[in-house]
Amino acid sequence: MDKKIRVLLAKPGLDGHDRGIKVIAAALRDAGMEVIYTGLRQTPAMIVDAAIQEDVDAIGVSILSGAHMTLFPAILDVMKEKNASDIILFGGGIIPDDDKEELEKLGVSKVFTPGAPTTEAIEFLRNAMLSKGNDEQIM
Amino acid sequence: MTVLENFLNGDKRALSKIISYIENREDGYRELLGKLYAKSGNAIRIGVTGPPGAGKSTLVNALLHKFLKENKKVGVIAVDPSSPFTGGALLGDRVRMHEFPLDGNIFFRSMATRGASGGLTAATNNILVAMDAFGFDVTIVETVGVGQVELDIIDACDTVVVTLVPESGDAVQAMKAGLMEIADVFAVNKADRPNSDRIVTDLRMALEFKAHDEHTWMIPVVPTVAIEQKNIDELYDKIFEHIAFIKANGNFEIHRRLQIEKKIIAILKSRFEKEYLEKLAEKVDFHDISEKVFLGKTNPYIVASELFADFKKQ
Repeated sequence: MDKKIRVLLAKPGLDGHDRGIKVIAAALRDAGMEVIYTGLRQTPAMIVDAAIQEDVDAIGVSILSGAHMTLFPAILDVMKEKNASDIILFGGGIIPDDDKEELEKLGVSKVFTPGAPTTEAIEFLRNAMLSKGNDEQIM
Repeated sequence: MTVLENFLNGDKRALSKIISYIENREDGYRELLGKLYAKSGNAIRIGVTGPPGAGKSTLVNALLHKFLKENKKVGVIAVDPSSPFTGGALLGDRVRMHEFPLDGNIFFRSMATRGASGGLTAATNNILVAMDAFGFDVTIVETVGVGQVELDIIDACDTVVVTLVPESGDAVQAMKAGLMEIADVFAVNKADRPNSDRIVTDLRMALEFKAHDEHTWMIPVVPTVAIEQKNIDELYDKIFEHIAFIKANGNFEIHRRLQIEKKIIAILKSRFEKEYLEKLAEKVDFHDISEKVFLGKTNPYIVASELFADFKKQ
């Protein structure tokens, strides 16, 4: 067995500020994970379709445009529609505490805000993997 | 429903899971592959290789647009390197790709080398079998950025496209062994840069030096500007001319048989390694032996010969 944690990182919407997500990409890579970086201007459908083809354990998105209350729920909807709700969705950005709470209620597993050390994201993913069951029968 | 049943019904999510299952070598993956082998053998396999930054991903993306126009179903594997230190990887080939929705004709999967050093991953061949069994018309493998000797792609594909850029070197570079020998088609990408006709000429000349007659495939050199979709139709045509050529002269089948032979030997090698070498490592104190060699009491060849003689006695 040669299992690795696979994470898809994407920037949904129109904001082009990708420094934060690149910092996370490098940190997860250095933590031994396989990071699929998809880049800017991704739609919720593109993100979920890519996540399914890549068979990732988690999707991480960075939103700095203020559109987080639109984009996160839209991604969750597509995940539900495509039967992919078992994938962990997490994210980060300039997100007020009230919104963060509501997003986590809606089904975003974790929202990181400015100042969170990268080790927190790594630890979060490792722990989330432990509780992720897989009871599917292959053959 | 099992994942395999969903796979056989054409569910891409199931294909994706089966790829992971094989890549991770989960218990029973060999049995699963056995079932997939029975359904494979129909897809044409194209390899795209070349140095880092030559534009392989952009070229693959451009070819995919052409494949979409031709209404072909294509499975793509794009390989990027794993870290030798942490085992982590940043797989960035999707950045160059346009949107290929799940319900469309293209399936795209990024893979990390996970310790393999020949430009591919240990599981690439097996995953091509899975994609083939799923029913794609064509599979494309994009290697990591390679140097001159990472040539595993020749054992995974029917046709190899070597991608170079105008700065890739002079006429002597073009005559070197290794990467320059494995092309069935050359793409000189970024051909809108100055002096691109120079490398095209150098390549064509170097190819002329090779012994050939009317039965030899004359390797074409196609200048492309992948990002602008320029000359991609010509590249596409050359790829399929090559497939038609080797199918007509029998090399297509000869090559596939040879690949199977190599595959069996590779499986045996890894089994031998597991069964014997790992058991030997449990019994023998290599640290102790190395110390003796270090102190000059013996040498590595004598030690290995003794261990091998012991093994043969068993």
